Amino acid sequence: MSDFAVEAHAIVRTFNDGDVQALKGVSLQVPRGEVFGLLGPNGSGKTTMVRILSTILSPTSGSATVDGFDVVKHPDEVRRRIGLAGQYATVDENLTGLENLRMIGSLNHLEKSYVIARAKELLGEFGLSDAANRNVKTYSGGMRRRLDLGAALVANPPILFLDEPTTGLDPQSRQDLWTIIENLVEGGTTVLLTTQYLEEADRLCKQLVVLDKGAIIAEGTSQELKTRLGATVLSLTFHTTGDAARGVELIRSVSAKPANVEGTVVELTVEGGPAAAADALRRLDAAAITLAGLTLREPSLDDVFLSLTGHKTEDETAPNSDVVTTKRKARAQ
Amino acid sequence: MTIAPETVHAAKSSLRWAVSDVLTIARRNMLAIVRIPTALVFSVLQPIMFVLLFRYIFGAGAITVNAPGGYVNYLIPGIIVQTTIFGAVGTAIGLAEDLQRGLIERFRALPMARMAVLAGRTVSDLGRNILVLVIITLVGFAVGFRPHGGVVNYIFACLITLLFAYCLSWGFAYVGLAAPNSEAAQAMTFPLIFPLTFASGIFVQVSSMPGWLQPFATYQPVSEVTKAVRYLMDGANPLVPSAGNSIWVAILWSVGLIALLGPLATAKYKKVA
Repeated sequence: MSDFAVEAHAIVRTFNDGDVQALKGVSLQVPRGEVFGLLGPNGSGKTTMVRILSTILSPTSGSATVDGFDVVKHPDEVRRRIGLAGQYATVDENLTGLENLRMIGSLNHLEKSYVIARAKELLGEFGLSDAANRNVKTYSGGMRRRLDLGAALVANPPILFLDEPTTGLDPQSRQDLWTIIENLVEGGTTVLLTTQYLEEADRLCKQLVVLDKGAIIAEGTSQELKTRLGATVLSLTFHTTGDAARGVELIRSVSAKPANVEGTVVELTVEGGPAAAADALRRLDAAAITLAGLTLREPSLDDVFLSLTGHKTEDETAPNSDVVTTKRKARAQ
Repeated sequence: MTIAPETVHAAKSSLRWAVSDVLTIARRNMLAIVRIPTALVFSVLQPIMFVLLFRYIFGAGAITVNAPGGYVNYLIPGIIVQTTIFGAVGTAIGLAEDLQRGLIERFRALPMARMAVLAGRTVSDLGRNILVLVIITLVGFAVGFRPHGGVVNYIFACLITLLFAYCLSWGFAYVGLAAPNSEAAQAMTFPLIFPLTFASGIFVQVSSMPGWLQPFATYQPVSEVTKAVRYLMDGANPLVPSAGNSIWVAILWSVGLIALLGPLATAKYKKVA
């Protein structure tokens, strides 16, 4: 059997008779027993990839195997080995937590006595015992996600797909889910997780790929990506856009990466944050430019994207010149 | 994780699993009917309102029929047909909702029988129709319905009604799968439901309708089913006219409808889910 829990080869998926290319030839290999991350903004193709790997959607071309079984040729074998949970916690609102798990267990063709024991075990593990007999309608967002994850785990699948499991959750619920995922992996489960959060990928994923507009633009360990990216973002707020324009020329050499200017705010990805900040301040002081604000922060997914692609995640237009965008893309590939 | 998964996959044939899947989905749908107040009102209270409306408001003199036993004996068999057909609206709404909420997509990633979602929905709506028939029967008797056909014929009449409604519900399943959301699904069913139930012999005699409408109202399937049901329920009354071939025609319509609508809904389901 393959060393990889999930293998995808040149997956292409188009919609609307080819008008929309959601995936443009994505290949990946997910090693067993670890969390593999699929990082990308909305519309990058993450969910489409998960839907293909979980047999919900068939690829337009390319092939994929899960636990050694082809997702198109042997979907039932794949379905017996996977659990799927995600952003749109698709639990049944009109059933109780326990009834939801029992329904999924029954549809997984498991013995009734096993399902009942397993459902109670999962509800306990996820802190839902007290709510087990309440309608899901009364659950909070975090509780729904945990129940959704529980439903994915009823059959004890060796491979778990989590599609943005923490999007929209409060920090505490997010922490809770991270702990659950870590425990699962310790128990030998392979997890393929999609996320928009670099922090999440950094905490959970051993390896990850970055998707943009249906193609992989970077892959490696999160450490490798962060090194490539630079560790910190230096954000300077000037009093006027004129100051910002003058300032950016003075401090450009502080970072090897291009500066991002938006109005009076200039952002630079730097290595060695405090030293770079001091350096920038000295140069601005010498030119008698004062600042309205200065912050140093961990890079966000936006910064990763800016660094890798030259465009931000939300808007499709490149903030810098087209030349920079093209160069960045060329380097990323 | 204390229990090994390999030991718990129960060994049954795929057909038995398919049946089990259908019943699991049907049970889940039935629970929803009980738990959503609006659904309960829709399926139970509305038919009762129809009985009271036509028995005591329209039927108190506005509508006259030339039938033995008076209007109430004419009305209740018709209402039984009408309410089971209205139940099919629930099939469309339920499927549209499941689709909208992503539940059907989630089911797709499970090793269950693919058709169980569709079959489970129609089976649960059949279950609800059985419940509604019992209620209408009780309410009917309470408002003066006194059929003469005997218990066996009464049950036979109910079975014909249920069979027809079940077969028709596959058409409404198609509507539910084609609709962008549950509100649209509901709206899309009305242009089907109203001509079928009101331009029929359910509430009034077809002979009282304008001439251009009479051919449709006479021969459309709901009228045939109503004629059969009315004959079976009240047939022992020597004054009730013979239903002719209506019983066979009703059964043939049912079989014909499911032969046409079943594959249509199935194809649609495969396309959207």
